Amino acid sequence: MRRAPVALTAALLIAPLLAACGGDDDGPFITVYNAQHEELLEEVAPIFEEETGIEVKLRSGKDLELANQLVQEGDASPADVFLTENSPAMTLVDNAGLFEPIDDETLALVPPQFSPSDKSWLGFIARSTVMVYNTDALSEDELPTSLMDLAQPEWASRVAFSPTGADFQAIVSAVVATQGEEAARSWIQSLADNGTVLENNLVVMKAVNDGEVDAGIIYHYYWYRDQKESGENSDSSQLHFFGDQDPGAFLSVSGAGVLAASDKREDAQAFVEFLAGEEGQQAIADSYALEYPLNPAVSLEPPVKPFSELEPPAIDVSTLNSEVVVQMMQDVGLL
Amino acid sequence: MGALALVPLGFVVVYTALIGPGDAWDLVARPRVGELLGNTVTLVVGCTATCTALGVGCAWLVERTDVPLSRVWHGLLVAPLAVPAFVNSYSWASLVPGIHGFTGALVVITLSYYPLVYLPVVAVLRGLDPALEEAAYSLGHSRARTFARVVLPQLRPAVLGGCLLVSLHLLAEFGALQMLQFPTFTTAIYDQYGSTFNGEAANMLASVLVLLCMLILLAELRLRGRRRYARVARGAARPVEIIRLGGGRGPLTLVLAAVVALAVGLPAYSLVHWLRVGSSTEFPVGELAAAAGTSLGLGAAAAAATVVLAMPAAWLAVRYPGLTSNLVERSTYVANALPGIVVALALVTVSIRAVQPIYQTYVLLLLAYAIMFLPRAVVSVRAALEQAPVLLDEVAHSLGVGSLATVRRVTLPIIAPGIGAGAALVFLAVSTELTATLMLAPIDTTTLATRFWAESSSVAYGAAAPYALLMVLISIPAAVLLGRHASLSSPWEAPR
Repeated sequence: MRRAPVALTAALLIAPLLAACGGDDDGPFITVYNAQHEELLEEVAPIFEEETGIEVKLRSGKDLELANQLVQEGDASPADVFLTENSPAMTLVDNAGLFEPIDDETLALVPPQFSPSDKSWLGFIARSTVMVYNTDALSEDELPTSLMDLAQPEWASRVAFSPTGADFQAIVSAVVATQGEEAARSWIQSLADNGTVLENNLVVMKAVNDGEVDAGIIYHYYWYRDQKESGENSDSSQLHFFGDQDPGAFLSVSGAGVLAASDKREDAQAFVEFLAGEEGQQAIADSYALEYPLNPAVSLEPPVKPFSELEPPAIDVSTLNSEVVVQMMQDVGLL
Repeated sequence: MGALALVPLGFVVVYTALIGPGDAWDLVARPRVGELLGNTVTLVVGCTATCTALGVGCAWLVERTDVPLSRVWHGLLVAPLAVPAFVNSYSWASLVPGIHGFTGALVVITLSYYPLVYLPVVAVLRGLDPALEEAAYSLGHSRARTFARVVLPQLRPAVLGGCLLVSLHLLAEFGALQMLQFPTFTTAIYDQYGSTFNGEAANMLASVLVLLCMLILLAELRLRGRRRYARVARGAARPVEIIRLGGGRGPLTLVLAAVVALAVGLPAYSLVHWLRVGSSTEFPVGELAAAAGTSLGLGAAAAAATVVLAMPAAWLAVRYPGLTSNLVERSTYVANALPGIVVALALVTVSIRAVQPIYQTYVLLLLAYAIMFLPRAVVSVRAALEQAPVLLDEVAHSLGVGSLATVRRVTLPIIAPGIGAGAALVFLAVSTELTATLMLAPIDTTTLATRFWAESSSVAYGAAAPYALLMVLISIPAAVLLGRHASLSSPWEAPR
């Protein structure tokens, strides 16, 4: 007698799940493995759905978790499109030979330096490396001119960074690409010895804002988003953009790729084209994301520093985060 | 079931074999691995020690002394079970600047996990025969000495069971520790998967973690020993003498209040704070309700499935003790100590090839939950089965009751509370699970945990808070069930 209600409750709880299993997959749809911020896609995808009648189904996760999942799935993967925050995850999937080339018309929508030369995927938005600094601890004239300066003794114990995230690893790749392996090695060694290692970019920003450390290396949008949200973790700090093709001005590219195993490649290509097109890019620019659209026809609203004023180093995106970088970071004990 | 539970372990072993011994050794014998080993071991030792101290101390105060309102304190002390560890650490990290590293991890993990020791100890304290203690007093032992020589030894199995759960949880804990910036094997494994070329290194770290887990399992078996804790007969229950704290009553009540304030009050305050401060706070009622519904449904279904799968392992271990059944039972623990990402990737690899039709369906997701959280059910069901001696079955048989009827009329009623406790523990785990849900759930599935993750990883603290709050709310029934269950009997350790 006492078990009857339990069984009933269980049945009531499970029923909707089973009903959901049936699904109503009548119309055409594409499956997107999405490592980009979900809210961003929730702004953009509905416009595409309305225009094309193709439903966009999202499986969200983090860059390299989804990339690893795609590699494990191989040819059997249900995914049609893969979107990331940083390019190394695209490279991981590309190295496994799982992408088909992006249409030329789509590639032509963004400047060519933001996509790999083999056209296997497309860079559609970007984030800039910045130094966030506590305004009580540092004045503008004390700011370094290069990211490389942070290895100097006067910056010992004053700089925080998050080496375990894909974000920082992309930055190290940029240092390797622009300064050469040897210089990069000694730079990362002294950062490892003298810097403050924190868990992620948000924590870095907060620690700087709270005055626990003078400065930190992060991406630009964390700070602008916090300003928009409440300012609670950014009001006592400012951003310093490096210039002059310094590795500290590195732009990390978010990628979009079409899976070769997809049986809906045309629809998938159409979605990527939409993301890079003017309408899609404008929706991205208007969203909370505050990442830089790469289509030259669209730009972010102030106060975000204009894309045209950035002076990023020229780097082949497909060479980023190579084994060399991971090995180097393991050698100095950061990974 | 044992074989299913070994899928993740097999994945790790095969992968390691593919890497080859030379490269594998290079990946293991690194300074970073030494550092992680140090961190993981000190945290496990530290947390089990503090959880034991806090759990036993609070249980003793609530059960054996004249602190005021002991029923209320009991309810509040169990409440942290409803607060997921990563919500707790999110609260601490956002309110207490500078709480990180070992101290932060120790504080937050202890406040999240101590109920796992507290509950079984309360259950045992209630079941103890006061006559034993009275005999000690009559032989001239002081109160403290009696506690140390008579009460504590009887608490040992309960404390060990609790510590086992604490340490296994801790090995696989990711969310809380990541937010507190204390790297352990599990956080490092996630980091390695976060690097382009490092599936291999991640896997080697997982192998070390498996070894660590086996060491803990062995240690628990050894420490548990072969002692018997059963009384010959239960006799008539007599109320225990309540210890008068005298002048210590006020301060010790304050200690309880402090524990509750830190373990429950602080996360509650922090959530309310973010609900109010964040400009992104909104209450999308439809989305919140849908996510809560999915979490509840998945939790309930997984709890039911896991308990059913736990029965055979527990049954074997209790009714046919021996090397094989021990191995079967213990093998179910390994997946619990592996990080979600390893288990999930193992299931991706195996299921997409072996059982593709169920890939990314609820069936596979429930199976994944069952594999990950089986130990929680096995521990509870096993303890309950130990309270159902074979003798009773035989009596039923001798009275002409058939086998099925015996199970239904004799065994099930006795182990029902244990099943409930196991199901509640599984439910609590599933409602906060993230990685396997993201990888294996049918597309478009949103649970409270995945929404919380999506919102909190994008600086929108305000937007994440309602999901965290709901996660706490749907966990309350399970926590209440566990709290009430402890009042009735011991779910974790019974006389054998």
